[in-house]
Amino acid sequence: MTTSGQPPERPGARSLDPHLQRYAARAAGMTASEVRALFAVASRPEVVSLAGGMPNLAALPLDFLSEQMASIIADEGMTALQYGSAHGVPKLREQICEVMALEGVTGHPDDLVVTVGSQMALDLVTRIFVDPGDIVLAEGPSYVGALGTFASYQAEVRHVVMDEHGLVPEALGAALAAADQAGRRVKFLYTIPNFNNPAGVTLAVARRAEVLEICDRHGVLVIEDNPYGLLGFDGQIYPALRSMDSDNVIYLGSFSKTFASGLRVGWALAPHGVREKLVLAAESAALCAPTLNQMVVSRYLATHDWKGQIKSFQTMYRERRDALLAGLEQHMPAGCTWTRPDGGFFVWLTVPEGVDTKAMQPRAVTARVAYVPGTGFYADGFGSRQMRLSFCYPPPERISEGVRRLAGVLSDELELLRTFGPAMSRVLSGPQTPAPDTA
Amino acid sequence: MSDRWVAVLAGGLSHERDVSLRSGRRVSAALRSAGVTVEEWDADAGLLPRLRDHRPDAVVIAMHGGEGENGSIQTILDLLDIPYVGADPAACRRAWDKPSAKADLRRAGLQTPDWVVLPQSAFRELGAQPVLESMVARLGLPLMLKPDQGGSALGAQVVRSAAELPTAMVGSLAYSDAVLAEEYIDGVEVAVPVIEDADGTPRALPAVEIVPESGVYDYTARYTAGLTTFHTPARIDDTTAAKVAHLAVSAHRLLGLRDVSRTDAVVSRTGEVHFIEVSVSPGLTETSLVPIAIEADGGSFGEIYAGLVDRAIARSQKR
Repeated sequence: MTTSGQPPERPGARSLDPHLQRYAARAAGMTASEVRALFAVASRPEVVSLAGGMPNLAALPLDFLSEQMASIIADEGMTALQYGSAHGVPKLREQICEVMALEGVTGHPDDLVVTVGSQMALDLVTRIFVDPGDIVLAEGPSYVGALGTFASYQAEVRHVVMDEHGLVPEALGAALAAADQAGRRVKFLYTIPNFNNPAGVTLAVARRAEVLEICDRHGVLVIEDNPYGLLGFDGQIYPALRSMDSDNVIYLGSFSKTFASGLRVGWALAPHGVREKLVLAAESAALCAPTLNQMVVSRYLATHDWKGQIKSFQTMYRERRDALLAGLEQHMPAGCTWTRPDGGFFVWLTVPEGVDTKAMQPRAVTARVAYVPGTGFYADGFGSRQMRLSFCYPPPERISEGVRRLAGVLSDELELLRTFGPAMSRVLSGPQTPAPDTA
Repeated sequence: MSDRWVAVLAGGLSHERDVSLRSGRRVSAALRSAGVTVEEWDADAGLLPRLRDHRPDAVVIAMHGGEGENGSIQTILDLLDIPYVGADPAACRRAWDKPSAKADLRRAGLQTPDWVVLPQSAFRELGAQPVLESMVARLGLPLMLKPDQGGSALGAQVVRSAAELPTAMVGSLAYSDAVLAEEYIDGVEVAVPVIEDADGTPRALPAVEIVPESGVYDYTARYTAGLTTFHTPARIDDTTAAKVAHLAVSAHRLLGLRDVSRTDAVVSRTGEVHFIEVSVSPGLTETSLVPIAIEADGGSFGEIYAGLVDRAIARSQKR
């Protein structure tokens, strides 16, 4: 590297990216990876993908939606196809408040910002709160997309242990106390309390007030990400953290799981002062969420039995969850444990000691089954014994077949470990951590 | 300029699907820029009917790993009597199996790092520890460990201590049922594409020297632009460059390859040239070595491949 930051000029020397020396430090991890490459195979129909978290849209009333979209363009095209406010379409904001009321949230439409999916909402929240080096607390494991956002703002993520009842309050208190003692600033706790992605567990109602109280005591904001909250399989709805504390919780919501992920409509409900900054941040990030898409969601909420639609999603996902759990019971070798979600999309599987789920992934792809290795859900290298299995997309019989294949892969891997096991004992001290099903 | 229409096959179900799709897009664009009409097809269950119904004038196989390189697709195309760029099935099989290719070259008096190839079952039945110890005793450390078949450095690792070996074994065996352990040659890593001229004479393009930033030319270094610096021509003296070119052309001829191949080699610190492996369907992505070498040679990637397409068609018309 020269002092000017330009790549070296040598005859015949060629770097295929002449901008390499110019990237910001936050781009350091943005490289090609074998794991991502293998996901390209997972998209093929021959492969049973238990990897992706794609909602299943099969139950949507496509003819009805087609008519509604045509009508929006015909009747309100000049508005629908124009820039809108960064704040979001007013009518939709009112309707979103009605949706959140199901979880006990009493928000004002003015305090709500419509975003391009809740992913953008998370990005905006991180943008306005986190400086490089700030600590963000997140469940262990946590949503991979959130970890990517935190990394891009150069936050230091510290994971807080979960058990089968979700985030462990004592562990949260200990993490905050440790940061306090070290004089470090924790900016917020990021949590997915309901049907956690990837763990599948739900924060027990009895723990919710305690979690909020601990954060409040330490002066730490809570970011509640709740895309799956209405997808309880028995129709159960847990009270949102935001419903219990309107001053210290920013609520992130989404229509991706309850309606249509491709429309990319989500939102953030924030305390009034925060909302002003969110709107300005949204303006600089995207000017506004797509007006047409907001109007489609608004029309859908106004004219369709969306609650009935959610019920049909619940039924569909419950059948798939049942297929996955039954398959795991039937096929998984001894030593495996897993969570038993009562909503959402995901099961978190822990495999016997010694198995590295990332190293095993190519074998799984060869066997035409895909999952997401657990390390992707930790910022600190943990999760090598875990994997996320999603049950949202394939039909039940394909899920059963996928689990059968996965069990075969795992059995082969265990045989390999038995073969090399004694010789591996010296190098098996890699990161291991209690998982929600084992803690 | 060609008035032929070509199907570029890419994708498939191998571990290298993603790379293959990128290669397919790149070579398709290059062919189009050379005036060839191109359709890009995935190698899926619909491929055979598509080939039968639409019968392209020729096929360019941009599939890496598995069916694209082990002769399977080539066999299908032969059955359908559709011309294609590249080696015939038997030659593909010889090159695809790395130990077989190494053995062929060693028999011909060419240098290749000493090696051992063992299936997973050997470790299970004979006990891993004594087999690993024998392997280290024979090859020394560090050693190179890789699946016996496959590319893009998937499952390939430099093993520097005996303690790393079992874990590396598990990693390599995730991609194949057998591992190839090789003596590690410290030196300059080069890749030498070979392209056949219009009369079928194989000609080595300038060797590309590979200098990965991390020191290891692994998957990330291969497919993240900027993480590897390429020197074309390689920074080796003329005598060594001639030896490298000779090795690549010899590998191409000995294995019975056709049209295009890419030989990977290492020039040791003492100037010896060691054959590592050869690819019958080399990567054609934005970061791949064949397009870099063609450009360094003053050629046009699209024109060269259009020429290979014409050769493949002419070959079939002679039959």
